[in-house]
Parts: sequence; C-alpha cells; structure tokens
Amino acid sequence: MNTPADVLVVGGGPAGVAAALELRRRGVEKVVLLERDCHLGGATRHCSHSPFGMREFGRVYFGAGYGRRLEREAEQAGVDVRFGHSVVRLGEDGSVLVTSPQGVETLRARRIIASTGAREQPRSARLISGDRPIGVVTTGTLQSYVAFHGLMPFRRPVVVGSELVSLSAILTCLAHGARPVAMLEQGSHALARAPLTWLPSLTGIPFLRGAEIVDIRGRDRVEAVQIRHAGEIRTLECDGVLLTGRFTPEASLFLQSDTGVDAGSAGPAVDQDGRSANPLLFAGGNVLRAVETGGWAFREGRSVGAVVAADLKRDPAAPEFIPVTYDDPVKLTVPSLLRPSHLREGAFWHFQLRFRRRAVGRLSLELDGQAIWSRRGRWLPERRVLAPLPPRALLAAHVHFRFQEES
Amino acid sequence: MPLQSTPGHASFDVAVIGAGVVGCAVARRFALAGAKVVLVEKGADILSGASKANSAILHTGFDAPASSLELELVRAGREEYLEIYKQLGLSLVRTGALVCAWSELEAGKLEDIARQGRENGISELGLMTAAAARATMPTLSNGLVAALEVEGEHIIDPWSAPLAYLTQALALGCVFLRGTEVLRGEFDGRWRLETSAGILEVGAVVNAAGLYGDTVDKRLGLAPEFEIKPRKGQFVVLDKAAFRHVPRIVLPVPTEITKGIVVCPTAFGNVLIGPTAEEQDDRVRATVETRTLEALLVRGAEIVPALAGIPVTAVYAGLRPATEKKAYRVIARPEKRAITLGGIRSTGLSAALGLARHALQLHEGFGAAFAPPSALPAVSVPNLTETCQRDWQQPGHGEIVCHCELVTRREIEAALASPVPPGDFGGLRRRTRAGMGRCQGFYCNARLAEMTRGRLATPLAVDEGRKP
Repeated sequence: MNTPADVLVVGGGPAGVAAALELRRRGVEKVVLLERDCHLGGATRHCSHSPFGMREFGRVYFGAGYGRRLEREAEQAGVDVRFGHSVVRLGEDGSVLVTSPQGVETLRARRIIASTGAREQPRSARLISGDRPIGVVTTGTLQSYVAFHGLMPFRRPVVVGSELVSLSAILTCLAHGARPVAMLEQGSHALARAPLTWLPSLTGIPFLRGAEIVDIRGRDRVEAVQIRHAGEIRTLECDGVLLTGRFTPEASLFLQSDTGVDAGSAGPAVDQDGRSANPLLFAGGNVLRAVETGGWAFREGRSVGAVVAADLKRDPAAPEFIPVTYDDPVKLTVPSLLRPSHLREGAFWHFQLRFRRRAVGRLSLELDGQAIWSRRGRWLPERRVLAPLPPRALLAAHVHFRFQEES
Repeated sequence: MPLQSTPGHASFDVAVIGAGVVGCAVARRFALAGAKVVLVEKGADILSGASKANSAILHTGFDAPASSLELELVRAGREEYLEIYKQLGLSLVRTGALVCAWSELEAGKLEDIARQGRENGISELGLMTAAAARATMPTLSNGLVAALEVEGEHIIDPWSAPLAYLTQALALGCVFLRGTEVLRGEFDGRWRLETSAGILEVGAVVNAAGLYGDTVDKRLGLAPEFEIKPRKGQFVVLDKAAFRHVPRIVLPVPTEITKGIVVCPTAFGNVLIGPTAEEQDDRVRATVETRTLEALLVRGAEIVPALAGIPVTAVYAGLRPATEKKAYRVIARPEKRAITLGGIRSTGLSAALGLARHALQLHEGFGAAFAPPSALPAVSVPNLTETCQRDWQQPGHGEIVCHCELVTRREIEAALASPVPPGDFGGLRRRTRAGMGRCQGFYCNARLAEMTRGRLATPLAVDEGRKP
C-alpha cells in the first residue's frame, strides 16, 4: 500500500471495530483495520455465555454471533478490514510493520489507534512454584480449546482466582464435562460479587478463600497441587490448573517502542483524548487497562474514534503533556496524561481508577493543590472507580489523586 | 508417538546413551568418523534432562581451572562451533561479557581472573574501570567498582545446536531410539545392551547420560567412580523490552561453587537472569520457587536498574549433573570398550563438540577404526535468532500461529516433519519458539493442541471434548 491510510486501527475486537465504525461515520475516508485472526470480535469470540451487544446494537449476542455482527457492520461501513495481519512494530512516525501470509510490509497512516485488548497473566508471570508440566492454562486458552477446536486441556482442574472471568471459566468447565476440584482465592474475599458468593456451593465446588498454590506437581501433565489454606499445607489431586483473571493489557507494541507503557496500568499512557505520549498514536479499549466488559471497550473505542476524526482536521497535537499522579493504594488512572486541547470533546469524561488492594478512606482529586472532588468509602481491588474529569483539569499544572486512609 | 523405526538389525559399532547436548555431539562425531551409531534416549525427545536448561553462553574457558580437561574441551568445542555454525544454520550473537565486581573485595579478584584467563590461552581480556565498563554498557548500575571484559564470550541458541548435531548424525546413518531406557549391559568382547525396546549388540558404549551418568555406569556393570549430586538452577526470562538494556553478558565474580547469577541477552531477544545453585538429591524434579524467582528479579534490577518492572516472560529450572568433584569425570575403560562422559555440571554446551572429539580419540585408543563416509550430506536447522531473517518475513508462511514469537504455520509443520520431530510439547517449543513468548500460549496453545494431535508423547488436549 503506497498511499497512506487516514487511520490504521490495530486489533479488531469491540474497541477497534467501534473506533473504525465511528471514523467512517464521521466521514474519514480510508480506515484500515488490521486483525491478526481471521475473524473480528477479539476476546469476545470464545465467550459462549456472556451477553454482548445490548447497548451498541440493541440486542443480545453470544460470543461468535457478536463477532459476526461486528464483521457485518465493518463491511457495510466501508472499513478496509485485513485479516491475518499481525503488527510486529509500531513506528514513531505513523508507520507499522506488518506480517501476513503475503510476507512483510510497512503500512503508513496519519493516525494510528491501537486496540489490542488484554489477556490473562500466565503461570510464569505469576511466579508460581513447582514443576512445569502440561495442563496449566488460562481461561482464554481453555475457551479457545473448546470454542475453536472442540478439545479440552484437562478434566479435573484446580481453578485459581475469583474475578468475574473465574465464574465464566467454571461454567465453561461444567459445560464441557470438566469438573473443577476446587476454586482458590488468595485474598480473604472473592474479587467479584455474587454469583461467586453462591455459585461454588450450588455446584458443590469448594471455594477456598485465603488459599494459594505453593507447589504444582507433575512430570508430564499436572498430577496434583499443594495449597496453603488456613495455615495448613494440603494436597489436591487434579489434572490441570486453570488460572483465571489477573488481566494485563496486551501492550507489547508499546512496551517495545519508545512510547513505552504506564507503570500503573501496564498499558500505554494516554491523555483525555486517548492520545499517547506520541501524538500520532492513540489507544482505546482494554489495552488501556485491565479489564472492562466488551460493551465498555466498544464505547471507549467509539469515543476515541470520534476524537481521532476531529484530530485529523488539525495538525497533530504538541508532544508536551502533564502526568496525572496518585497516592499508593491507587493502582492506575486512565487517562494518566493531560494535554491542553483544542478539541471540543475529549474521549474521556471521567478518570477511571483502580485500587491495588482493599482500602477504606477518602479519595480526592486535586488540581494545583486544590481539592475539587472527593469521596469517602471502602475501595475494592479490580473494581472500576470513576472520578470526574472537568475541562479545567486540562489547564492545571499538577493533577493529583490524594488518598487518606482510615485504619 | 513418532519413534524412529527400530533398526532392521540391532547391531552397531557404538551406542551413545543419552541425547543431551553431549550425546548428540558424540553421535555426530562418531557418525562423521564412519561408525554405525545408535543414540539411545530415555525421554520422549532430545534434551530431556540437564541440557534443556542452561544460560546459553558459548564460553571461552577464561575461568576454567588451569590445565584442566574442561578447559581443553571447552576451547576445542568452542573452536569447532565457530567453524561449523554457519553451515548448520546455528546462531551466534557476538556480545562479549563483562565480569563485574560490585565491591572492592571482588575487584581485587579480577586481576587474578585475568591472569588465569591469559594462562588459559584467552588473550582478549581487558581490565576496566567502572567508568570504562559503563561506557560499553551504560545501563549497568553505578554500584559497579571495576570489570573485566572478555570479548570472546558469546550467546547461542542452546537447543538448535544439539538438534543440528543429531540431524547431521542421522543423515550419516545414525539411528535414534527415543523413549528407550538402557536397563542392563554385559560385555563379552562386544556389548549386549538390554533396553526397554529390545536388545542392542554394540562394539562400544559411550555413557552421556548426564543426571543418570552414575546409574548407567552401574547398569553396565562398570565400577562406579562418581556419584551425581544434582545442582538446581532457576532462571527468569524477561520480556523482549529488556533486550535493549542488556547488550552484553554480565557475569559476577565467580565463587568456588558456581559461576553465580548471570544477566545476559538471549539469542531470541529476551534477557535471562540466573541460575541459582541449589544442591538436591532429586534427579527428576526441577521446580521453580516463587521466592527464589522474586530474588532473581531483585538481583537483576540491582545489576541493571532499567530491568525493574519489565514483565516476566518465562521461568524455568534445570538440574546440572554435578558430582563430588568439580572436574569433568571422563573415564575410558579400554578393557570394556566403554567411555563415560560424566559430571559435565556446567559448560556442557560449550564443550560438547570437544567432548565428542575427545571420546572419539579415546575410542581410537581401543584399537578400533572406521572408514569415514565418502561424502558429507549438507544439513542445517532453522536459525531462530531474533536478528536473523525469520519465516514470518517471507511470503507464503501460511499464518502466524504464535504472535508473541512470530512463529508461522509453515515453521511448525516443518518441525513436525523434520528428521528429528519433537516428541513432546517442550520439544516443539524449543524447535520453533511457539508458546515461548510473553503470553505463554494464551493465544496459540489451543491451535497448537490441534496441530500436534497424535504427534506428542503427552498430548496437549486430554481427549476430544464436545464439538463447538
């Protein structure tokens, strides 16, 4: 492709498709969507149970059907979708290096939107002790086994984690003839609310809080795990370990580029428009922070698409920005940069925050030392927290989230 | 599983026991000399024991014990590797190494190490001030006191080298029996080896059984001369984002026991921190441990502060076949036509080709001679070095199966159809890098389960689930 595109969108999950649709709706001519797989939908494709699409399409879809709807929408909107295209490198100059069955090529565009989503952290990054046999997988892997290949990686796994996805993992197991031996949560509480509080007892799967794996045993395939629970070491016989949740942005393109990633979110740091430190590079969806629903990612992608459509009418923004800072129990904010803006509407009307751990106390937003918003409460990890992002925040020199913890 | 078919006649000049890096190199060397070789491996694939986990450094031998056999063989092995790596498609990343002193005490030892290195015949050694060392590698911590530069230390792919050695041996008629354990042996002018797959009649045996070197000697009825005392090493592999911070191998000042924790780039564009040195009795379990891995990460960031916070891609552990003594335990028994290559506790990757030449020489001392083959078949293996041209850059690769490591369908199919196809999932990973990247198979594991159905000793999928 010799003529540069107006916008290259990297990743065809809900956020990427929504961004591409919005760009086309706003009259942007050449929108190229690069998808490494041969379908659109991203992580929603192998989710057979979660309902998708209510807010964006006014009806409910299950994983694969939602993906097909996205494909239809993209085609009708005139998005140039290229399947089997895997982006290898993001250039700082608005180019990307791509490999496809045709070989490698460099594509160029006036703006790039990265919407590469999130994934669960594997066993290695969790530094779990023990042997390294076959059968230790994440929910995403399990679901692609059953959804795409009709295979199962185990029959009697121990399930680790208690996020919403953990529930989905258990349902996938039960629907495909696997029987979890137990469900372990390292903390003292489930990370998700109901139905995790009652599902395990309903299905007869023991839910052990304050429990962690201290040893995985098995030469070829998993044979057992040792767990520490209530101060004791116990052995659970099993043929697999299912690691659920602990999502992390799939932000390797940023990690390997000069733009880098944000220490808090592990995704690219972006400003109120979804624009990264490099003004040509935007990002939206779960690559910004782990992890939100498909519907949230879709709306976020649409907002970023709208901003990029407006941004194309001007010179790229200046690289200067101010960082948003925060006190410790806060794990991340999105956006984490702010730039003076000439755009009428930003992509984000709120700061999204997450806490690293459970905490009770007062969270305040300070502009140049002045608290303009605050809320007291009990804050839980992995829960979405929204704080207002007023236009005057863009004029401040210091933007800080203060947290006063109460014991 | 894809066993090499058992030979029509089970009679060979030489049986090599153990398909680690040393066994593969020995099989190649004897095959090149014209011997009819059988390589017998207990595991489902080559490199099932000590050889699968090491730091992937091609050593010069600068710190090997003076006038030791190890020094001689490391130097011979390295020299041969540098001669043959191109034609076999093997990797070589010319990084050089810095032996880093982090205290005055350690700095005081650098001069001795340098002197020893020169006595060992390595001339490219240079003592450096901290400032000079940090000029060649600015990411080193400013706690550096002094350093010794060793230009000839390089990084290689530790898995493709033995694969190439065996592939070349097979092209010369060597027979590879995997999943085959040697149970007993009797010598009566010739060896009669009882294996789990039947009887082998052979003229001589080379024991390259690594962690089971002493066990195999006993099974052969040879008087045991050493006992294996496994030494575990744990490693952490960091994301490719770390690569730019570690252009060189960073070695510590070694102690009597171990070379110590190394921080080095890998041929695949990652950064590796390790190994630990932990004595244990178990010869099977090489576990990783949370606390140790955390400590390795801390140590890595002390040495190169920019590594702090870079995500972990992989963790692994291996067992080194140490013995009561530090030295290699190479034993030739002419009266029994048996050679034991034991106690290769470290440097095996560097010394393998040297050990193979040495074993052939020892065998010549037994009075046997072979007729070298008239022609040498051209053999090469895929070069997976990050900086080389890879298949994803060529048209027609089919699809990218593993996006983290950019492994193509064509590469995986080629590995499955190769002369030494992978016998287990680890073997497929080592041959192609599929599933070795940052997501560790989150994306590709299911696809690999599909592509490898019926091909691996332990399949990835337990059985056929319900159809989607």
